[in-house]
Amino acid sequence: MTEWTMVGALRRALADAMRVDDRVLVFGEDVGALGGVFRVTDGLQEEFGAERVFDTPIGEAGIAGAAVGLAFAGWKSVVEMQFDAFSYPSLEQVIDHVAKMRTRTRGRIDMPITIRIPSFGGIKGKEHHGESPETYYVHTAGLKVVSPSTPLDAYRLLRAAIADPDPVVVLEPKARYWPKEAGELTADGPGIGEARVLREGNACTVIGYGAMVVRCLEAAETVAASDGIEVRVVDLRSLSPLDLDLLEACVRETGRVVVVHEAPLTLGMGAEIAARVMELAFDHLEAPVARVTGWDVPYPPASLEQHYLPSVERIADAIRRTVAY
Amino acid sequence: VEAPAHWAGTDPVRVLDPDGSPVGDPDVGLGREELHALLRWMIVARRLDRECVALQRQGELTVYPGFEGQEASQVGSAFALGPEDFVFPTFRELAAALVRGVDPVRYLWYHRGTWHGGPYDPRATRFGPICIPVATQVIHAVGYAMGVAKDGSDAVALGYVGDGAASEGDFHEGANLAAVFGAPAIIFVQNNGWAISVPTRLQTAGEIWKRAEGYGMPGVRVDGNDVLAVYRVTREAADRARRGAGPTLIEALTYRIGAHSTADDASRYRDDAEVEGARAFDPIARYRTWLLAAGHADDSVVAGFEDEAETFALGVREGLVAQGPPPAEWMFDWVYAVPPASLEQQRREALG
Repeated sequence: MTEWTMVGALRRALADAMRVDDRVLVFGEDVGALGGVFRVTDGLQEEFGAERVFDTPIGEAGIAGAAVGLAFAGWKSVVEMQFDAFSYPSLEQVIDHVAKMRTRTRGRIDMPITIRIPSFGGIKGKEHHGESPETYYVHTAGLKVVSPSTPLDAYRLLRAAIADPDPVVVLEPKARYWPKEAGELTADGPGIGEARVLREGNACTVIGYGAMVVRCLEAAETVAASDGIEVRVVDLRSLSPLDLDLLEACVRETGRVVVVHEAPLTLGMGAEIAARVMELAFDHLEAPVARVTGWDVPYPPASLEQHYLPSVERIADAIRRTVAY
Repeated sequence: VEAPAHWAGTDPVRVLDPDGSPVGDPDVGLGREELHALLRWMIVARRLDRECVALQRQGELTVYPGFEGQEASQVGSAFALGPEDFVFPTFRELAAALVRGVDPVRYLWYHRGTWHGGPYDPRATRFGPICIPVATQVIHAVGYAMGVAKDGSDAVALGYVGDGAASEGDFHEGANLAAVFGAPAIIFVQNNGWAISVPTRLQTAGEIWKRAEGYGMPGVRVDGNDVLAVYRVTREAADRARRGAGPTLIEALTYRIGAHSTADDASRYRDDAEVEGARAFDPIARYRTWLLAAGHADDSVVAGFEDEAETFALGVREGLVAQGPPPAEWMFDWVYAVPPASLEQQRREALG
């Protein structure tokens, strides 16, 4: 069985998508000869040529805006924003046009645009290289937002994003770019809008996404070993739209929820999930929804990032408190 | 009479002097019918613009941004494009929209608060959605131009933009992209002297067309109130783009006779004397004078266009006021190709 890194799986997803659909373009900063600063686009320009895989001048609004114009001309752009914080100059284009163009043209113009953003922290990056931008995108109607946690699922989600007629923001967890997973790459399986259960348990549901999923799983093993608590772990995968059916079922079946994300506490995904589960299954909640998140501070320097990121211990403590409530 | 202050500096390309006399050879390659069409569109557009201001005053339109004084810039440039070319407008290009065949009632749905963006069919008319976030549409034009070039088409894209928008980062990013990729794009700046209340001299210390050299593309400064000159330079830019010779930056010097919009009070920042001075450079009067003097038209032709404009404007009014508010489900209809269940739930809640 082949072993895949997330970088390799994403690269394969791009290549496969370009092979099956000759309207797919890949562009961004340093994605050509260099193959991207994380090498996700390595070899694509060689295989598909500089008309379909090309470097752009540095200018993220230009990248996103060009994707809009290219969509008017019938092209499906997969653009790379080099790092999370570097996506901010493109926000006007993304919020005003990418997200709204279907509505603004009464359904006449699709925006089949995929915006790949290497995201989140945990790699001892410089400032502006470790941010969690998801709330900006999730809060924008017209966008879909996904974040994979493993190589095989990264392949599946990126293929789904490229095939989607609507714009999809793919937040790729840099901290999970290099660990390997064995298996066959396939686009089949859960799609955008579907979460998946990675570990069964009835005492509590722990919900994470991106690089936090592996920490949620570790925390689950920790509390199982230390306290005999068996928790369910859900990989959210799709931040927008949310898999409300699965969230509701988890609350009904476990009665307790812990949400984990790197993004700051305030108005993070945890806030939305807490509100949703309360609306959907208030009577089944046995404890307040707990949130284990980054702090409401700018992302710290490398030497402090482990004080910022939700640790296995913090997650385990939150599980214990929630189960004991 | 002195020209508006922001026309100072490099002399613009002219076919006709402000008094209507030709500067050199006035033949820009248009036949009599097309020469008439330029006048007809300018007269019709001005009459409709004034009707729109009245419609706003009567509560039939929300805020309306007029374009009086800019008819030659818009009509001349739009007329120079072919049917396969694509226009990405700002919010002030109703005259260009008319030339492109956009249904004015549908266009004005935008200003009636009926629907956002492009209530008309942008693909059918090859006229993109009305765009308020200034300069963002420049990049769309460039992206579109890159796209059609990849398909081997000889179509070009034209992005309109104002002098104020030329201060935006997206103007720069679009121009830079266009030049780097040699995109068949035209960036057409209507420098009307005012960005809401701020004069051009406080937007930019240089001449906008000169930036082209820094980007590595041709730049042209044209008298935007000379419809033949605007037609000529736009046609040349389009021909160049079709030949694969890349983009052009055009700065058209024109003047915004009205306020920024019907919500604006220009008396707070602009002297009436300046506006009165600018009327001496009126684009319709200049062109009409030449057409009559050159024997291309007589008074009855002009009168005919004026009658037509009257009927046209009243027809638009009639179509517009008949338009009630759209159904509330439109809010939900096109957010996603396939709406997620949670949005369907909100639709049910909103619509009962």
